Amino acid sequence: MSDASTDPDKIEGPTPDNAMRAAAAADRDDGPMLAADGTPLKRSLARSLRVQKMRALMLIAPLLIFVLVTFIAPIGDMLFRSVENQIVSETLPRTTRALADWDSTSGDLPEERVYEGLFYDLFIAEARKEHTRLGTRLNYEQTGMSSLFRRSGRSLDDVSDIYLDQFEDLDEAWDEGRPWAELMGDPEWIAEQEAFDAAEDEGQMPRFQLRDGIEDVLPRAASTYETFARFAQVEDEDSPLDEEPWGLVHTALYYDLMEADVASYDGPQADLLQAADAAVGGFESVTFKEGLLEIDEDWGSTETWTTLQMYSPDYTSGYFLNAVDMQKTADGPALRDADERIYGLLFQRTLFMSLVITFSCIMLGYPVAYLLSTLPARSANLLMILVLLPFWTSLLVRTSAWKVMLQQQGVINDVLVWLGLVGDGSRLVMINNQFGTIVAMTHILLPFMILPMYSVMSTIPPSYVRAAKSLGATNITAFRRVYFPQSVPGIGAGSILVFILAIGYYITPEIVGGTTGTFISNRIAYHISSSLNWGLAAALGSILLVVVLVLYWAYDRIVGIDNVKLGG
Amino acid sequence: MAQTAASDAFVAFERVQKSYDGETLVVKDLNLAMPKGEFLTMLGPSGSGKTTCLMMLAGFETATHGEIKLDGKPINNIPPHKRGIGMVFQNYALFPHMSVAENLAFPLEVRGMSKSEREEKINRALDMVQMRAFASRRPAQLSGGQQQRIALARALVFEPELVLMDEPLGALDKQLRENLQFEITNLAHQLGITVVYVTHDQTEALTMSDRVAVFDDGRIQQLAPPDELYEKPQNSFVAQFIGENNTLEGVIEEISGNNCTIKLDSGEIIDALPVNVSAKGERTKVSIRPERVEFNKERLQEGAHLLKATVKEFIYMGDIFRTRVSVAGNEDFIIKTRNAPDQRRLIPGEELEIGWLAEDCRALDA
Repeated sequence: MSDASTDPDKIEGPTPDNAMRAAAAADRDDGPMLAADGTPLKRSLARSLRVQKMRALMLIAPLLIFVLVTFIAPIGDMLFRSVENQIVSETLPRTTRALADWDSTSGDLPEERVYEGLFYDLFIAEARKEHTRLGTRLNYEQTGMSSLFRRSGRSLDDVSDIYLDQFEDLDEAWDEGRPWAELMGDPEWIAEQEAFDAAEDEGQMPRFQLRDGIEDVLPRAASTYETFARFAQVEDEDSPLDEEPWGLVHTALYYDLMEADVASYDGPQADLLQAADAAVGGFESVTFKEGLLEIDEDWGSTETWTTLQMYSPDYTSGYFLNAVDMQKTADGPALRDADERIYGLLFQRTLFMSLVITFSCIMLGYPVAYLLSTLPARSANLLMILVLLPFWTSLLVRTSAWKVMLQQQGVINDVLVWLGLVGDGSRLVMINNQFGTIVAMTHILLPFMILPMYSVMSTIPPSYVRAAKSLGATNITAFRRVYFPQSVPGIGAGSILVFILAIGYYITPEIVGGTTGTFISNRIAYHISSSLNWGLAAALGSILLVVVLVLYWAYDRIVGIDNVKLGG
Repeated sequence: MAQTAASDAFVAFERVQKSYDGETLVVKDLNLAMPKGEFLTMLGPSGSGKTTCLMMLAGFETATHGEIKLDGKPINNIPPHKRGIGMVFQNYALFPHMSVAENLAFPLEVRGMSKSEREEKINRALDMVQMRAFASRRPAQLSGGQQQRIALARALVFEPELVLMDEPLGALDKQLRENLQFEITNLAHQLGITVVYVTHDQTEALTMSDRVAVFDDGRIQQLAPPDELYEKPQNSFVAQFIGENNTLEGVIEEISGNNCTIKLDSGEIIDALPVNVSAKGERTKVSIRPERVEFNKERLQEGAHLLKATVKEFIYMGDIFRTRVSVAGNEDFIIKTRNAPDQRRLIPGEELEIGWLAEDCRALDA
């Protein structure tokens, strides 16, 4: 046996070993390999494969586009909602701007200009019916916000009417649309609007334009009037020429006149304006702060303002904090009170139950898969049909069947009582709890465990176990040391499949889960369809997605994703 | 090699039968006795029952009837792992999730051997097949020949007295196969182990074995050393299966002791050695090895029968010339001659007379 000529590494000639060596030597050659025409081989290969690649791309294009449009994009949009928070800054633009430099930790209420901004914003939001939506949004963060906004919206007129009435008392003209329109509007626009009104046409009104220079004289009034006029044109389809402006415009005019000097003003309605200017000094007035506090004393609480300031930015971590039982406070994120924490428990329960389900699927599926892979083809086919049978039955039917089986007056309890194992008065509670969910889901997900295990096991040649036995291993040792390690990729594939399906399962826990057997997905569904807190639902969904990805990554590190086989 | 008495044989099959479906027997009445240290090859076409015999010996199949004895003790009811028989499989069956060293350690671990003892034995076994440098590799990182060496080392590492090999070289290319044939026989003789080797490759069987058992139709057709098997086939199946063979068919005209005269179907008369024919008038197949055909009349016996032949084809094969001739109605009659300086090269179309020694021409069953 020491004869060198029999060593495959020393034989010359075309042996497989020598062929491998030759290939390895060719790889080591310096410089890129060249094709026959002198171009680098890589490039000429890429060119020849390009047509094939394009063809492949064309073949998958319909599905790719379909998935992108109907699946990826909506999911991306949904997940984006978990951080998106533009509703506050869009509905209350002046307020959020003014509130930016308020120090919430000082204990002082914000300055007057913040209240002024809030008054303007709320007034406009109320006209657009947007303030209740914002109230609902902020109510997720602090209870009471919803009713605060609704009540405030109703009572804003109490403040603006003070000014409206006094202007009216001064001159009836302030109560009419026309003088306001002439004061504020561009003469050209007025002419167009008059022509439009006279024609009584359907269609787009000429868009309101402010008169040049009016903004410099009456900045607040001009801005609010413009908002009013556009709103009247678009939302109410009324001509601003005939409409009395909101009390908000009168309020703005009051503050403009208090500050500005209109003595040199010589535009339309100059007399009216100058008369008002002379009179406003004697007007009864109320600050915005007083007015708002009068409407609802919550506006005098720093807590309200802290919440408002905290959720002013366009993007917020609030939903995510909420999803992990935390909340934003002035001192940064903090855990919620113990009795308000639910999501941590739900995530834990979801993970725990998914693990239990995966484990029971392994325990029940492994022997079946083994039998399937060793039986002769005909019996294996029959068994395979039995394994696949659940796939052909509706998920709802199967779940409902478990409900019939497991309920207290159900089949299993009846049998146990009949056998005398359980007293009639102490029937077991097996449904609407964790046990029921685990049983039903194990049954439903079992095929997903058996199929990958089977396809891996059927590739393990029986000669391995035979070899182990011939080498002196008992049946158990041969299984443990030789068969089982080779079936692990199947277990891995099945486990990933079952676990990921289980962790996001919805229907079965919803039907048989009761209160203790529900999953995080049930909570997500609740927020999507009942509480309409889509941001929180999106945050919970994102966390679920990340958990799955992290587990997948961990699995890859520990077991290696290459070891996962679905067949072959 | 002398027939070993079943009583003191190391491996013995006694009247063994095997059926899988209860209707047909794949092994019919097998009797076989092997002395210790013998290298025995079971040779036969596929479906002849040779692998079934090996599996019964290894314990993966049970005999339907009869007894298998190892070292005098019946082993029918001993599970495979207690038989202590080393086995090499056709597809190597190296455990893919273990390194080479772990594969070799496996039989030692299950026998509860200490680590130092294991290492020593593993190293010795790897040295035997010159694979020490590959101890830490996975089987998938080895070539086919290397894997087979490891499989061999694994079957030998726990020092079994009997090693079974099931077509171990079937998946290798020719050159590698020849090298390994040589290595396996060398190892077997060095270690003094008894080997039962299954193959369907007759060259392998002839070059490696002490004795060859030719299987067909669930029976051993002939059990003999390679030379005897080739030169003195006992029946026409063996004559056809082993080596190249010319067959002529005819009827016995006269039979007396070591000689018989046969009238071929084409009418010619030839002399032959009666092997398993007994009576006048019996039909027979006559077998002549191509290299024993002679056309140089000087080398033939006085008065030997000659046949007219027409050369159909001359094939130059390097060391030999292979000439196809038409003889007595047989178009595929082959003559092999050595490529020697004085050797005549026959030309297609040439007519000549051929003959042979009567003892080279065996009259077998029809």
